[in-house]
Amino acid sequence: MNGRSVGFLTLEPRAHASRHWVWGAPLLAVALTLVVGAILFAALGKDPIAALVGFFITPLTSAYGLAELGVKAAPLAMIAVGLAVGFRANVWNIGAEGQLTMGAIMAGGFVLSVNHLSGFWILPLAVVFGALGGALWAAIPAWLKTHFNANEILTSLMLTYVAQLLLNWLVHGPWRDPAGFNFPESEVFSPSATLPILWEGTRLHLGVAIAVIAVLAIWVLLSKSFLGFQIKVMGLAPRAGAYAGFSLRKVVLTVLPLSGALAGMAGFFEVAGPIGQLQPAISPGYGFTAIIVAFLGRLHPVGILFAACFMALTYLGGESVQMFMGLPLAVTGLFQGMILFFLLGADVLIRFRIRIGAPRPGKAA
Amino acid sequence: MAQDRTNPRLVLRGIVKRFPGVLANDHVDLEVYRGEIHALLGENGAGKSTLVKIIHGVLAADEGEILWEGEPVAPRNPAEARALGVGMVFQHFSLFDSLTVAENVQLAMDGARDLEVIAKRVRDVSAHYGLSIDPERHVHDLAVGERQRVEIVRCLMQNPRLLIMDEPTSVLTPQEAEDLFKVLRRLADEGVSVLYISHKLAEIRVLCHQATVLRAGKVVGTQDPRTCSSKDLARMMIGDDLAALERRAPKVSGAVRLKVDNLSMASDTPHGVDLRHVSLEVAAGEILGIAGVAGNGQNVLLSALSGEHHAARGESVRIEGKPVGHLGPRERRDLGLAVVPEERLGRGTVPELSLADNALLSSYGKGNLVTRGFVDHERSHGLAEHIITLFGVRAVGAKAAARSLSGGNLQKFIIGREILQNPTLLVASQPTWGVDAGAAAAIHRALLDLRDKGAGILVISQDLDELFAISDRIAVICAGRLSEARPAHEATLEQVGLMMGGLFDPPEPGGSVSGGPESRGMEVLS
Repeated sequence: MNGRSVGFLTLEPRAHASRHWVWGAPLLAVALTLVVGAILFAALGKDPIAALVGFFITPLTSAYGLAELGVKAAPLAMIAVGLAVGFRANVWNIGAEGQLTMGAIMAGGFVLSVNHLSGFWILPLAVVFGALGGALWAAIPAWLKTHFNANEILTSLMLTYVAQLLLNWLVHGPWRDPAGFNFPESEVFSPSATLPILWEGTRLHLGVAIAVIAVLAIWVLLSKSFLGFQIKVMGLAPRAGAYAGFSLRKVVLTVLPLSGALAGMAGFFEVAGPIGQLQPAISPGYGFTAIIVAFLGRLHPVGILFAACFMALTYLGGESVQMFMGLPLAVTGLFQGMILFFLLGADVLIRFRIRIGAPRPGKAA
Repeated sequence: MAQDRTNPRLVLRGIVKRFPGVLANDHVDLEVYRGEIHALLGENGAGKSTLVKIIHGVLAADEGEILWEGEPVAPRNPAEARALGVGMVFQHFSLFDSLTVAENVQLAMDGARDLEVIAKRVRDVSAHYGLSIDPERHVHDLAVGERQRVEIVRCLMQNPRLLIMDEPTSVLTPQEAEDLFKVLRRLADEGVSVLYISHKLAEIRVLCHQATVLRAGKVVGTQDPRTCSSKDLARMMIGDDLAALERRAPKVSGAVRLKVDNLSMASDTPHGVDLRHVSLEVAAGEILGIAGVAGNGQNVLLSALSGEHHAARGESVRIEGKPVGHLGPRERRDLGLAVVPEERLGRGTVPELSLADNALLSSYGKGNLVTRGFVDHERSHGLAEHIITLFGVRAVGAKAAARSLSGGNLQKFIIGREILQNPTLLVASQPTWGVDAGAAAAIHRALLDLRDKGAGILVISQDLDELFAISDRIAVICAGRLSEARPAHEATLEQVGLMMGGLFDPPEPGGSVSGGPESRGMEVLS
């Protein structure tokens, strides 16, 4: 019936998908990534245990490393919860990277225009501009979907490249710092537009705290609010939503800008925090990695918080083994890819079982 | 009569089939003779379909043996069953809409054959049995009854010795069913065995020579249905006597709850039937039944009434006198509407969510379930528990997922949820379809109670027995047109049956005289 077959292997749907494995799958994926990672390190001629320790443990042994974990996990978590809201409603925003960039551009533009001023009002207003930039950028695919039924996966992804090229042009052209020796960078943000440091001696900034608050707020939204209920219903059974009188249009026009706003805020926190100015490269792909984080966290805010920390660790670990063991930075991408691969594989095997041999007669064809 | 009761054609001995958590067939024995029409009788979930799937090679039995003409066999797939001489006509047809009749038949033949030869054979076979099918026509042009004939002819082309029919009359009008019986009797006279699956006692009593009754996977008895009463068969099938439905005369107060005036609406699915110039009225304290073969515009009618689809004119649908054609489901519910859709999973409920969440699904406008944008989970949980106890829903509790309930229990939950909103107008589609007799009786009781409290009720159903049992007035929908409603006690089964075939003058908009039924409606009768 629903059986799918490739050659002599057949995937048969299971009668019952185990509930425990819904949370077991991400843990299993992490474990498998470690095992394969060890094999990989051995193949590169490194001591696998030392390499794994270097990758996953060493970064956490210093105050600086722990703070860096927060600095990297914060944008991932904040973007991922926003995406998770959409994914639950079957709205597939793949362009968070672009919304992050657009948030940084909008907020950065505002900051640069008031960079000679100082005042407590600059920072909150800049955060609003960041959220607005991301939200407006995500509203484009939302509008295209509700009016032309355009697939938001394609439109949101394509707009990512538009945003990045726009940022590139701005920092190479109109917004380039005149005193910046022709480097493609804006002026450094004034102290009034820079996020305060929460932990002296590290880069842990206010944005990290705000990210945790945002995750908790989304948790409340999803589990307690009527909007969260509508989102769940629309994602699980759109026809039941229509029967209840919920509007798919409204849901799309809410969740896409919401996830865009969170990504846009994350974008501003990057430029107003660790970076301190606009540059051509403001994110090591947080917007895309957040998609993995959302799924690794099972689209649940608490799960996402843990998943964000783990994925942040892959960034830190990659840098660490690059510095101390001379391994290529591509190791980070490899680990992230493996995690996603094993997670998707585990998810398939939760719902299906593999049978060796041709499809059973009459059952699968 | 070509019955030969010495050597059975098909013998099942001790057939056992287990599914996770269910024993679908529990040591089933069955004998079917040459030239015999043998009924397999039982409620939904009694194990009838599982048993025929085993005979047809779709499923393999866990235990037991099958003897075919005295030889032990174990068909591993439908092709092997076909080779033995077993043909099956399914409840849901497996025809390609865009192909012609002859092409559909060609696809089912093992090994490609010349289309001309097949077309001629189709003509011969259909003429022989009086089935009247044109092999050149495209399937999408055919009415439901004609499609079934194509399925039957396709089976007969293989010269089967056992023909399995799965609930064949569920899609037919009473007249079409009578034609089908003639064909089956003729086949039996020629020595073909027929295994006839149904839960309609009346037709089994006029058609079948033997009836094997299944209950909860077990054979409870084999009877000659011609010599025992419907009541006896029902008792075997249900295991209990059903309390007769007690009815009081309607107390129609004259207030019009629902008025539909000349409503036309396009179907949102390709090949769907559009609604054409439909007018009706439901008064307070009455049940209006709408009969019709499935796929004649019932779906569009329900979504037009529920608010899932908006009408072109706001005034074409009025609830309590207010034009609501442009309003959504929420606003219509606020005016007193409650709706029970045909699909229970995925429309009436969200399968993955708990009963508490599903109680909220349509009740969110009532009882302070939502305050300032936040859901009061305690209240929705309490509401679900209330529905469960009040309507006798068998579920482990309000936290149970909707899909964990059986069809009948889920339907009781949905009906209960809608009734507890104290509607002044209830629209229900196929309220007891696929529901066991006990639950169906409880649902009918609940609908009549609601009517007696002064609500107006519209019931759309394919089940004529149901409509005659609970309706005060009956109208018929065919090809998207609705007949005039007439009092149920004046209408006969035969009249309604003819109307289901399209034989009625629809009330024309503006009072002009109608020119008779359109060709599409007539096709069904030809």
